[in-house]
Amino acid sequence: MNFKRLTALAVATVIGAGAFWASQPAVAQAEDEMFIPLMVYRTGPYAPNGIPLADAFQDYLKVLNERDGGINGVKMTWEECETQYNNDRGVECYERLKNNGPTGAAAFFPFSTGITYALIERATNDKIPVFSMGYGRADASDGRVFPYVFTSPTTYWAQADAMINYIAQQEGGYGDLDGKKIALVYHDSAYGKEPIKTLELLAEEHGFKLTLHPVSHPGLEQKSTWLQIGRRVKPDWTLMWGWGVMNATAIKEASAVGYPMDRFIGVWWSGSEVDVRPAGDQAIGYKAGNFHGVGQDFGVVQDILTHVYAKGQGTGPEDQVGEVLYNRGLINMFIITEAIRTAMGRYGDKALTGEQVRWGFENLNIDQATLERAGFDGMMKPIQLSCTDHEGGGQLLVQQWNGSEWEVVSDWIEPNGDLIRGLYEASAEQYANEKGIALDRCTS
Amino acid sequence: MFYREAGQFKATYAADQAIFPILQDKIGIAIILAIAFGVIPAFASDYFLSSLMLPFLVFSLAALGLNILLGYCGQLSLGTGAFMACGAFFAYKITTAFPELNIIFVFLLAGAGTAAVGVFFGLPSLRIKGFYLAVATLAAQFFLIWMFNKVDWWTNFSPSGVISAPPREVLPGFAVTGSSATPVDRYYFALGVVCVLALLAKNMVRSRIGRTWMAIRDMDIAAEIIGIRPMAAKLSAFAISSFYIGVAGALWAFVYTSSVEALAFDINRSFQVLFMVIIGGLGSILGSFLGAAFIVLLPIIINQAPAAVGIVMDTALLGHIEFMVLGALIIIILIAEPHGMARLWQIGKEKLRLWPFPH
Amino acid sequence: MIEALFITPFVEIAEYPYFFLEVLISGLLTGVMYSLVALGFVLIFKASGVFNFAQGIMVLFAALTVVGFMDYGAPAWLAIILTAVVMVGLAFGVERYVMRPLVNQDHIIMFMATIGLAYFLDGFGQTIWGSDVKSFAFDLPRDNYQLLDGEVFVNQLDLLGGVIAALLVGGLAIFFQKTKIGRALRAVADDHQAAMSVGIPLNQIWVIVWSVAGIVAIVAGIMWGAKVTVQFSLSLIALKALPVLILGGFTSIPGAIIGGLIIGAGEKIAENFWGPALGGAIEDWFAYVLALVFLLFRPQGLFGEKIIERV
Repeated sequence: MNFKRLTALAVATVIGAGAFWASQPAVAQAEDEMFIPLMVYRTGPYAPNGIPLADAFQDYLKVLNERDGGINGVKMTWEECETQYNNDRGVECYERLKNNGPTGAAAFFPFSTGITYALIERATNDKIPVFSMGYGRADASDGRVFPYVFTSPTTYWAQADAMINYIAQQEGGYGDLDGKKIALVYHDSAYGKEPIKTLELLAEEHGFKLTLHPVSHPGLEQKSTWLQIGRRVKPDWTLMWGWGVMNATAIKEASAVGYPMDRFIGVWWSGSEVDVRPAGDQAIGYKAGNFHGVGQDFGVVQDILTHVYAKGQGTGPEDQVGEVLYNRGLINMFIITEAIRTAMGRYGDKALTGEQVRWGFENLNIDQATLERAGFDGMMKPIQLSCTDHEGGGQLLVQQWNGSEWEVVSDWIEPNGDLIRGLYEASAEQYANEKGIALDRCTS
Repeated sequence: MFYREAGQFKATYAADQAIFPILQDKIGIAIILAIAFGVIPAFASDYFLSSLMLPFLVFSLAALGLNILLGYCGQLSLGTGAFMACGAFFAYKITTAFPELNIIFVFLLAGAGTAAVGVFFGLPSLRIKGFYLAVATLAAQFFLIWMFNKVDWWTNFSPSGVISAPPREVLPGFAVTGSSATPVDRYYFALGVVCVLALLAKNMVRSRIGRTWMAIRDMDIAAEIIGIRPMAAKLSAFAISSFYIGVAGALWAFVYTSSVEALAFDINRSFQVLFMVIIGGLGSILGSFLGAAFIVLLPIIINQAPAAVGIVMDTALLGHIEFMVLGALIIIILIAEPHGMARLWQIGKEKLRLWPFPH
Repeated sequence: MIEALFITPFVEIAEYPYFFLEVLISGLLTGVMYSLVALGFVLIFKASGVFNFAQGIMVLFAALTVVGFMDYGAPAWLAIILTAVVMVGLAFGVERYVMRPLVNQDHIIMFMATIGLAYFLDGFGQTIWGSDVKSFAFDLPRDNYQLLDGEVFVNQLDLLGGVIAALLVGGLAIFFQKTKIGRALRAVADDHQAAMSVGIPLNQIWVIVWSVAGIVAIVAGIMWGAKVTVQFSLSLIALKALPVLILGGFTSIPGAIIGGLIIGAGEKIAENFWGPALGGAIEDWFAYVLALVFLLFRPQGLFGEKIIERV
């Protein structure tokens, strides 16, 4: 390399770095625009799951702006940041986006349990809500200890309990669980380990035998796990906390050892189209939990099709609209925007700070009328949050794959609220104790 | 002209053996330190400090550690991620067991513990060489991560296996971990640790022990014949390298992310640090810093550059381009200068010395 | 703990011989599937001394390309041929832009360059073919053969993998032993400079060897893509092939197969009988520890060439 090229390189680097530095302060924006940061993963090993979520976020914001002119006249703006489902990139995205917009970020929703853990303290410190819908830290449902974290409408612990409830219903009642064998196949990470404590507790209470089968990331090779389950343990039911390529592989391997599919229930992150389609006919009968409806037969989905896709502004392909993860992304945006709307009722129709949005979350009341207005009627249950309760519900649906689409095969299943709440509080209090957090936030 | 050392006479051995014997180097280092300690904390945004400078410093330290092992002693290791995890989890256990112990001692103890682990996994190096050794260190990588993930004791029985750093202060009022620590304080702490350890490393590689490492690297059999004990040399390199990497891991968990799960230190982390060492320059302290800067900052710059100049680009495409550009740049740099960026700097120095009369 | 590790597993093996047999068979077959990936590494290392870290991505890239062409309506055979053309093109590119400028550099530098290549192909593959999950339109058999009155299942796909791997190794062995190019390849593997001095064109040899590795990647990509699905994570299969590679030796084609058999059987047996006592998911590190134990006795791997050092 000669000297001229070297100098050119150095100069280019300096200019690039300078431009980079200069670009840092966010451009001042109008007061009537509210900024929503979108943490997405459109690349990397979990991209197949991340893409429909990310598309739905944008589509919902677009339909809000198109159809309603934003929330109470305040337009929504957004920016995507690619996390690759990677914790340190997630933290970088958080730091990059938290001060964007006139009032900073409204709320973060990383769709990764690992990133959620990494953000809890930072966001609490920066007074920005973290909304982890059906993932993340379950005991953060205790608002006394985690003022800025919201887990609505449900958590892994509530779900584990609701799944056992479903199994009990199928078996004929909790009394019939005695002596049954239930296996848990889980992604060997913070995410997969969440339900273990709850399930162990329930196993003790109801007398079923729980066996644990960790699968290490990314889960391409599960032969041993399924030989163990299908040929040795032969459990009555198998639960799965899987993510990404692990799900489809598990279904294929389960079928290869002849495990009955209708006794195999995945968590809601193991129950989307990308998980079952690659397994083809082998996946027929496979069940998964969910906390919302699937398909295009909802007001909001129709609105998106007419206001966004019909005008050629859709973010993703039209045929993925209405899929499991897509609808989940819509619900995620819906809850956040309703929290903003609630907060506007108190602070006025302008861009709000994270702290104000947090107030909106804690006073959020999505009742039947709200659901009907926004077109979510039939898609999800009403939710009401409070200062102490950041979860507000915890109900579960069980859906089954029929080879071409998911069919809901159960009613809404209630978890045992008192038991789960007790677990949240015990765990949150331990955290509060470690960190020196006072527990009187909601009483004083 | 800029680098002319004519007229700088050394009258004593001490002057001749100084770390930076040339005046220009001394000035340069002083300027860099002044910028690092004075200018950056005063003017940089929180984002710059906590998302760019902190990971850069932590990775520099890890790269320094790996460079001691790979660049100076010639032992290829792919277990860097696992050794970082050791540092992080050891520090967590020590500081939760002894909350009164100053965080500096916690980090030193965590580093020492990692050094012991490093020596244990370095034992195969006495028999296995080259790529075979690299893959043997992968055994350490996979085993240790599995252990930290599996054994609840390491995380004080947290249900999800995530540790979060408790608030700790170095001096009263100077908190460096936990949510109350400001980015500036964290930055100062990390910078201090990195500067002290880098100085130590610089001196170590100039001393007897550093020269034994280099003899082993250049040809271990020949080194053995002239009386260097390969066992002592290789294992000391593993120990000291692991110490650095362990401290880097503790910094990562406590000062940078403040919450970490074992999987954060997976094999990709090992590769990342390996890139830094090779791109930066094998067997160069400066190279460790250059490599860390390249690998930490480049993806972020590529990711933000189009937006900075006003080009709106699809997030997914941008993500893919980031990979492609990074991959291509790695190859281009290796082709342009296989000895890394440190060597480029050296060549640049030579040119500056002659400039403006290159012949 | 001592009992759980040193007594119970053996009692269980004795108690459930059919289960043990099934674990063993599926372990051996899985191991052969690992060998398919490991073969690509061996080919390139043998002929150029380059530890090609991009082999895993090449497997993914090949699988993605096959699926991609089929999505455009090409029949399976045509898609595979077109993919082979793409892989040969890739080999030319790699030789021209990566290998040739770096000739005679340290092994570690070459290794690093292949990691750069891996990054590049990673982004490139996703740009062209997208990041979503894909599966092959053709269906490979997935049912089980039931042996011993249905006590032992053997998966047809795994069996097919074993047969294909055997054919591939046989073919490669003939190619290396009997053809002129094969002889040239072996000469290059032995000594670059000596081979050049007798007139073997090094650059062409590299193109050939990268092409062959690319074609092996197609086979591995199809088999693994049918087994799991075709998506980004497929490239991580390389990490499962590494212990196979070290155990068998970097330079031996039969070594890759034998290594695969040992690693596959070893890790499956360990996971099923020792795993429960240790908390499970031990097979990843167990494979490396197993390879390490072998290395301590034979530092060049089971079938590797003996390392001779001179001062």
